[in-house]
Amino acid sequence: MALPKGVQAVAPAVPAVFTRATLADREAALGRLLLAPAALYVVVLVGIPFVLAILLSFSGARSGSLAFDWVGLRHFRAIIADPQFLLTLRNTLIFTVASQVLVMILATTAANILEAAFVGKRAVRMLLLLPWAVPVSLATMAWAWIFDSTFSVINWTLRALGIFQGWIYWLGDPELAMLAIIIIHVWRMFPFATVILLAGMTAIPLEIREAAVIDGASFWRRLFQVNLPLLLPVVTVAVLFGVVFTSTDLSVVYLLTRGGPYNSTHVLSSLAFQRGILGGDLGEGAAIALFLLPVLVFAAILLLRMARRAEVGG
Amino acid sequence: MGYVETRNLHKHFGDVRAVDGVNLDVSEGELLVLLGPSGCGKTTLMRMIAGLEAPTAGEIYIAGQRVDEGVPPRARGIAMVFQSYALYPHKTAYRNIAFPLEAAGQPPAMVKERVSGGARMFGLERLLARFPRQLSGGERQRVALARAVVRDPKVFLFDEPLSNLDAQLRAIARYELKEFQRQIGTTTVYVTHDQVEAMGLGDRIAVMEKGKVRQIGTPQDVYENPADTFVATFLGSPPMNLVEHDEATLFGFRPEHLLPRVAFPAEAPVLPYHLRVRQVEHLGASRLIYGYLEEETRSDQPVIADLPVTIPLPIAEQQVYEFAVPRRAMRYFDRRTGLRRDGAA
Repeated sequence: MALPKGVQAVAPAVPAVFTRATLADREAALGRLLLAPAALYVVVLVGIPFVLAILLSFSGARSGSLAFDWVGLRHFRAIIADPQFLLTLRNTLIFTVASQVLVMILATTAANILEAAFVGKRAVRMLLLLPWAVPVSLATMAWAWIFDSTFSVINWTLRALGIFQGWIYWLGDPELAMLAIIIIHVWRMFPFATVILLAGMTAIPLEIREAAVIDGASFWRRLFQVNLPLLLPVVTVAVLFGVVFTSTDLSVVYLLTRGGPYNSTHVLSSLAFQRGILGGDLGEGAAIALFLLPVLVFAAILLLRMARRAEVGG
Repeated sequence: MGYVETRNLHKHFGDVRAVDGVNLDVSEGELLVLLGPSGCGKTTLMRMIAGLEAPTAGEIYIAGQRVDEGVPPRARGIAMVFQSYALYPHKTAYRNIAFPLEAAGQPPAMVKERVSGGARMFGLERLLARFPRQLSGGERQRVALARAVVRDPKVFLFDEPLSNLDAQLRAIARYELKEFQRQIGTTTVYVTHDQVEAMGLGDRIAVMEKGKVRQIGTPQDVYENPADTFVATFLGSPPMNLVEHDEATLFGFRPEHLLPRVAFPAEAPVLPYHLRVRQVEHLGASRLIYGYLEEETRSDQPVIADLPVTIPLPIAEQQVYEFAVPRRAMRYFDRRTGLRRDGAA
């Protein structure tokens, strides 16, 4: 604007340092800067090892040697023909499906109970979370005693109550050992699922749940027709986490049975560890560990799509 | 005995008396409005009638049956429309309306017939396949009403069902609601904090404050003859003017009764006042005059006058004018208790 003669523009009394655009004003640059650590983490600690694992599964690499020869699908052909691998694959599926079904039933029940108001609710919530918070090695050691062939608390209790007079060798029998593994894993996982479900339940508007009460719906009708459908997106997330955590879990099997008796309770990750790390055959270990990857990716996409559909209500 | 009745009903949350000894008596087919500011206990009172809260003490009767002990909501013969409508977001309009019928174990053919009947009543026929998120606010409200009506309840409970509609739609929805309630003649308890809604809808209004019912009466009655200073100032916009007359008495008059002296015939029985005008608001259909009464002893009593455009007298700010209130419009309140008295003495 042109100023009349003799009138001078008065400079604002703000130091120049305040008017200069700083990094915080340049959102594009700031955004990149703030994302950089996360991107670095994903690339270096997730992406590279993942690609390396895929490459390893097609190689004849062994520990103790730097040779990296391409063997194509040899490992995959070998493991498919291996009865031990097929048994392990079956174990992994049983382990994952059975423990997820049990986890979801237990978590839904626990979340419904914990949602109600009662005295000591906070204490119960704390206690419930303990299995998840306890280090898995400690917990499994305690469980190992519970299932011990000589000192089993369960056997003693069954006997004392007069329910069963015989003696159960929990970890000596392939089926019972698998059951023991599933029990421990369910015990570990369901608190986490409960917390997710509880969070999902508090997100359902109270008025909708009261409307169902007023509309005369029974407890089961409210659960299956109102609460669970509204929880579906959250349940999906809980199941997805559970499936991934379970099908890749090494700790319980390795700590409790080491795959025994007679390699009958191996799951993919424990077998991969045994063959790849302890046995030194990195290529075969990687092939075993990666075997379920396509299935898991497919399941994840399917579940996430289902959750999205439930959200839009279509 | 009333169709819906509460006797000395209490609900205490710790030391707070949310509902503090309420006696209600709703006749069959009546629409009773519970009106009061937020926190007055009106919603808690309705939730106790619905069975969503258990009373601390007292009795509730619906259609002659005592329901406060051991009768769950589903057995009380009530239907409720919530403020948010509380439609099931994962169910279509059809399934929403069908839900209470299915819960009651009605045969599928009956469910179908009743849902289409309800849909016809509220003009929802073409919207039945839609999910709540695909419906407008007004349409959602009608689905909620249809869901309430298909069960043929003994009593309707409405919890501020119009407050989520925008102002334009609200007047129409209010009219439709009243029409519908008259048509089917179901006893209704209606909670609101909006006095316009209460005046327009209620056969009677129960004005509540701090857990107690201050007054029950027809809209005209509670507006013209408020039982105490709370009712006097809660109802009406702007509220009733209250001015100190003497040690013991407050005078109360509605802003629309405080008019220029010249607006009354010379021989009309009126109480004259001098009004010092501080501010004038032009609201289209009327003018709001904010000012103070000028008396020999004091001039610090604020009042508001509501002048219709039919009184075109020019009014300037900071000037003193002669105003008056007709004697028949004057109400008298006890200064100490706030209760209305019949005369000035």
